[in-house]
Amino acid sequence: MTYEDLMSRAATAFQSGKTKDIDFRRKQLNALLRMYEENKDEMARVLAADLRRPKQESYILEIEFLINDIITTINSLDEWTKPMKPEKGIVNMMDDVLIYPDPLGVVLVMGAWNYPLQLPLVPFGAAIAAGNVAILKPSEISVNCANFIAENIPKYLDNECYHVVCGGVQETTELLKHKFDYIFYTGSGRVGKIVYEAAAKHLTPVTLELGGKSPCYIDNTVDISKATRRVLWGKFINAGQTCIAPDYILCTKEIQDKFVKEAKVVLKEWYGDDIKKSPDFCRIVNQVNFQRLTKLLSSGTIAVGGKTDADERFIEPTIIVDAKSTDAVMQEEIFGPILPIVNINNAFEAIKFITARDKPLALYIFSNNTNDRQTIIENTSSGGVCVNDTIMHLAVDTMPFGGVGPSGMGGYHGKYSFDTFSHKKSCLVKKIDTISEKLSNARYPPYSDKKINYLTFLTKKRKGFSIPYLPQLVLLGVGVAATIFVQRILPECEQ
Amino acid sequence: MLRNRKDGKSTLETSDIKREFPFDLLSNQTKNLIDFEMDGYENILGQLRATFRSGKTKDLKYRKKQLEALLRLYEENREEIINALAADLRRPRQEAIVFEIDVMTNELLGLINNLDEYAAPIKPDKGVANMFDKVTILKEPFGVVLVIGAWNYPLQLLLVPVAGAIAAGNCVVLKPSEISVHCSRFIAETFPKYLDSDAYQVISGGIEETTSLLKHQFDYIFYTGSNRVGQIVHAAANKYLTPTTLELGGKSPCYIDDTVDLNRAAKRILWGKNSNVGQTCIAPDYIICTKEIEKKFIEESRNVIKEWYGDDVQQSPDYGRIATDGNFKRLVTFMNCGTIALGGKFDASDRFIEPTILTDVSHDDPVMREEIFGPILPIVNIHDIHDAIDFINARDKPLSLYIFTSNNKDRDLIIDSTSAGAVCVNDTVVHFVCNLPFGGVGASGMGAYHGKYNFDTFTHEKGCLEKSMDYVSEKLSDARYPPYTDNKASYLSFMMKKRKFWKIPFFSHILAFAFGAAAAYYLKKYYFN
Repeated sequence: MTYEDLMSRAATAFQSGKTKDIDFRRKQLNALLRMYEENKDEMARVLAADLRRPKQESYILEIEFLINDIITTINSLDEWTKPMKPEKGIVNMMDDVLIYPDPLGVVLVMGAWNYPLQLPLVPFGAAIAAGNVAILKPSEISVNCANFIAENIPKYLDNECYHVVCGGVQETTELLKHKFDYIFYTGSGRVGKIVYEAAAKHLTPVTLELGGKSPCYIDNTVDISKATRRVLWGKFINAGQTCIAPDYILCTKEIQDKFVKEAKVVLKEWYGDDIKKSPDFCRIVNQVNFQRLTKLLSSGTIAVGGKTDADERFIEPTIIVDAKSTDAVMQEEIFGPILPIVNINNAFEAIKFITARDKPLALYIFSNNTNDRQTIIENTSSGGVCVNDTIMHLAVDTMPFGGVGPSGMGGYHGKYSFDTFSHKKSCLVKKIDTISEKLSNARYPPYSDKKINYLTFLTKKRKGFSIPYLPQLVLLGVGVAATIFVQRILPECEQ
Repeated sequence: MLRNRKDGKSTLETSDIKREFPFDLLSNQTKNLIDFEMDGYENILGQLRATFRSGKTKDLKYRKKQLEALLRLYEENREEIINALAADLRRPRQEAIVFEIDVMTNELLGLINNLDEYAAPIKPDKGVANMFDKVTILKEPFGVVLVIGAWNYPLQLLLVPVAGAIAAGNCVVLKPSEISVHCSRFIAETFPKYLDSDAYQVISGGIEETTSLLKHQFDYIFYTGSNRVGQIVHAAANKYLTPTTLELGGKSPCYIDDTVDLNRAAKRILWGKNSNVGQTCIAPDYIICTKEIEKKFIEESRNVIKEWYGDDVQQSPDYGRIATDGNFKRLVTFMNCGTIALGGKFDASDRFIEPTILTDVSHDDPVMREEIFGPILPIVNIHDIHDAIDFINARDKPLSLYIFTSNNKDRDLIIDSTSAGAVCVNDTVVHFVCNLPFGGVGASGMGAYHGKYNFDTFTHEKGCLEKSMDYVSEKLSDARYPPYTDNKASYLSFMMKKRKFWKIPFFSHILAFAFGAAAAYYLKKYYFN
């Protein structure tokens, strides 16, 4: 099937109105849930084949994550698809004011290779929930996962409305020439720009989930043992190939020494003496990235690790100390198991260092000094912030997950995913009876000062007052009154 | 200068604003992208960046002061504003007040009154897994934002989003449209008198200046105008991955059936069409109805136009003029399409075109191929509602869709089967001012604003998770560390699991009632007896 055919079929499917029907959407989402539940082992297998991903990481970071996301979506579908009824001003007292969450049409979701199931399938599920026809383009680099998606989506989901397109750079470039109603892209900043440019030609709105160097600030007010664990966990899952992995550490020389000492203990506890033999550590996805990362090892002083094996694309957990901002390892997002430490003297210098660079996707702060934390958060900008842990903010699906500036635009997870793939269509329904006409005919010519004053008065914004939880307070009062009333009657009834 | 903590306790030192060469405030990566020849704008932008970095515009009191100053600007310059609009567009006084001054004032009042609420961090629901953690969504300004205005509502279309950008804590570059010369001059001269020039700068100029300005990096770009220039603005934003809101346009269809009073419908449609002489992005562009309705509509319109403007519309003080010669010439050529059923008079010396209705237009006449943006109203005939829906869906998604019907089923069918920026039933244009997000979809634009949506447009929602690091929380989460085991995996799975459940509706209401009842019971029993 050519891409012209594909786009034509997709457009026809959307025009048929099939995907707008909420029961249809629910059926498809339930089918997607079944696809996950019935293929857990297969999913773990393909993740292991592409990334040498240990089973626990696959389950926690992808499979369970996917299942939970879909369950939330199915549970919330009725609520999210209902039109919103915003507050009305006096001038609209007699009108209906609504916001419909409309689907956008035919949307494109492009996945990434580092979490090759979760990263494409979470937005894909949301696109379905929002009533769109969706085309999924998994990353060609994670071959086994791409095949899994290409084989299974057609088995579970409607074949007219949901399509999987596989291929590399050439196919993607061809695909991007077509007009989509939304494009959701996860990946590198470099390709993100290409996607943005292609989308701009058709005025297609986008979400770009990119990356950057996520700084990790550690001071001396935290338990260094726990902090080290949480930082190393965030860094070394998926062998560092995580968009929100703590990229580099900012701390004083004293903390650096303590951190390195603790890290040696932790790494041994986790992976044993010979990390290459541990089943719990991933490999680098391909030779290109392996070569890129190996070159970075020559910057700075290696305090921990440093061993590599090209045959296995293995790079052991490595910590570089005394890193300088001019080092190669500090020039681009690392995306691997190499953790440089840059020395600063205090939080002020950390803020300066962070703000001299592109806004990152995540900012990590390990500190129990609330003043310092607040000041860092308020004087830096990042997609998201996690204090005293790493990665975990991604799992809070009531917060939008996304970047800012070069780290991306848009945010998703939970309802934010649904909203990403919806157009909020405002709707004002006015009466056209005698009264409403009388009330509004001052707007017509011939114009006069009297008409002007009347219209200004009618539309003027006033400071309203609203008591929070008014309905609940009223019912509390009703509860009190009801009990008193009943108690007054009961004694009489007993007699 | 970093803001001092109020309690004075801080491990940080404050320092004065470093008047470094402002170029240095850009990140290293961004500096490498810049290829402009020094055009003077880098100094202005550098100054704004320095101001933003100082934290000045993030302070809520400062923002409120600036917004209140803007309100005073509107209040103290009412006559100047009316005169500038009359000079640029021959805008009648009532239209200047209702469509610009009142709109700007009310939007601003909304922002001032609700600033604390809009700027307050959101405390979203927490799941069981985050029971001991603090979960907040912070409202962060983007930084230095660019707002480009349009010439048809030269004050309101610029200053309403600018107010939103200020309220959200950004530094702002204002670029009024050079086509509306008097209004542009008014803004350039008056704005700096009321608002802080360290944080807000007006840059005037035409295509050359705008092109130059767009080579620089902004943290957000808000553009109102044509589709064609919207694409140019978006292309400029590509380089720096700058997010944008584009308020564009299109042909807003207006469907009429036989279930509404046609006199009232005609009034509401002609009002939306002829205010500002049709130079409104959400003017009803064309009508779509049966031949029978068309005949009645034209009759009603004849009466309405006479009632409003008298026998000679050109003599009426309540009717504007086309803004430019270019637009005038373009609109006159549309008169050659179909048949002139009403109006048709024009006068080049005055750039006057009277309210005109065209019938017998074909679907690919010039007047049906682009947004009209003038007082010419073509009528397209269809047989029934399904024809109408097909006609609308065969074209680009419009900025607005108008439906005149009392048949709710038909109304809902059209709303469900079509897409538009917004829908207004039984009226035109008035959906612009009622707490609803205002913006386009597809070719008519991306993003939306007004009210809280204005504030949110210029805000980055930064999710912030604060995890506890005490003994208990560490114990609860250390199953995530290697060496991995099936036990650990099962435990983590169990902790994370979302379950399909049934929500009790009005749970909090029922709880409040029960609590009130219980409290009254116990208090009576133990304290009042």
